Amino acid sequence: MKNKLGKQTLQFPLLPRIVGSYSIVGEKEGKGPMAQWFDTILDEDTYGEKTWEKAESKMLKQSMLQAIQKSGREKENIDAVLSGDLINQIMSSSFMARDLAIPFLGLYGACSTMTESMILGALMIDGQYASNILVGASSHYCTAERQFRLPLEHGNQRPPSAQWTATASGAMVLSSTDKGDAAVKQGKKQAQGKEMREVYISHATVGKIIDTGIKDANQMGAAMAPAAVDTIVRHLSDTGRGPDFYDMILTGDLGLIGKDIALDLLSGRGLDLTAVYNDCGAMMYDQKQDTHSGGSGCGCSASIFCGYVYDEMRLGKINNALLISTGALLSTISSQQGESIPGIAHAVAVTTKGVI
Amino acid sequence: MNGRQILVHSFINEQVQLPYMKDGMSEKNAGAFVTVILVCSAQLLTGFGVFDTIGKFAGAGVFVPITGFANSMVAPAIEYKKEGPVMGVGAKLFSLAGPVLVCGISAGTIIGVIYYFMK
Repeated sequence: MKNKLGKQTLQFPLLPRIVGSYSIVGEKEGKGPMAQWFDTILDEDTYGEKTWEKAESKMLKQSMLQAIQKSGREKENIDAVLSGDLINQIMSSSFMARDLAIPFLGLYGACSTMTESMILGALMIDGQYASNILVGASSHYCTAERQFRLPLEHGNQRPPSAQWTATASGAMVLSSTDKGDAAVKQGKKQAQGKEMREVYISHATVGKIIDTGIKDANQMGAAMAPAAVDTIVRHLSDTGRGPDFYDMILTGDLGLIGKDIALDLLSGRGLDLTAVYNDCGAMMYDQKQDTHSGGSGCGCSASIFCGYVYDEMRLGKINNALLISTGALLSTISSQQGESIPGIAHAVAVTTKGVI
Repeated sequence: MNGRQILVHSFINEQVQLPYMKDGMSEKNAGAFVTVILVCSAQLLTGFGVFDTIGKFAGAGVFVPITGFANSMVAPAIEYKKEGPVMGVGAKLFSLAGPVLVCGISAGTIIGVIYYFMK
């Protein structure tokens, strides 16, 4: 298999490009330290809809449509849309795709959905089954709370390790062809008048489930950190790259506690990533926002990859990045039946250099 | 309970009761009045969306009185309104309070039976 490296890593010789991205976040996320990087910040989390689920679906749909627009493509040019979220039967994604009239593949990887969709999208392009693929993911604090935890107005106490599901969504257009991206014309302040680089997906490492036996659903960071570390270590060994190859290694939503655990575990494996490693969950909120251990949810990594990382790469401030969305594949039933939490992490290597 | 919790707890339980007793009401009757007031005000505060904020500050201090029970009934009622009055609110109203009631009544029955035979 010429395009498989080692045990779990895939390389994409055709280098699928990311030609447009869009991120939308809720009110609370818009007050956090990452605010300047998001395309749209909602005034209120209902987004003018009657239910939270409709609001999340609308966020995702808007991200998708805006990403297409920014890529300079038409809806008709998109071969497939790959998307997922946290709600039962991936409701937000299915209802988002209902009106798009684009072939749809719904994905569930819990909070790892963003990189899962990027990997599958890149595979479809690299296998020459598609020219343009729309990928994305979303999460909403209020839909996640009512499904996984307690009603919003219930005055329960959140433990210090609890994480705050981000109200956020992100979408990207992956493409096999031309430069495309209309961000210079259409979009962001930072982009104006500067040379923009192309962003390619060069490698992906599909993670395997790691379950270390943690049963507490308020310890997501601890449950997912071993999976993230396993994927990072596997990626580096499969590609033969050292940690200094990357300008940035970013995990999805381990949160503040999970980030520390991941760094500890990495140093146990002889890897010191302190200089380049960060976590989207730890970056999303300010400590003063009282989210305890930081952010979580599919939208947490999706919005930061589609906003901050993509923009910085377009500007050439980051040239090689390893993005790892992390997921806790528990369900409300599995927790009640006393099962432990299966963790998963998928990595995508993105680069501004047009060679592998 | 820490200081903050004890403060709120004693405020709720003692200070609300005193005015009634000053007006010549017996302690037992005043207690019943206070219970009604606590339940009603906790429901109202939950409805206005501030009870969870008070809960965050006062912790068990605001839950141990019957207020916590009122909150656990009203919160699902608000949350599941969108799924309709029967299958939404009706089905979910006791989703938090139900387990407490079932276990509480069961424990009470078992201990009652034990007490009956020991007496």
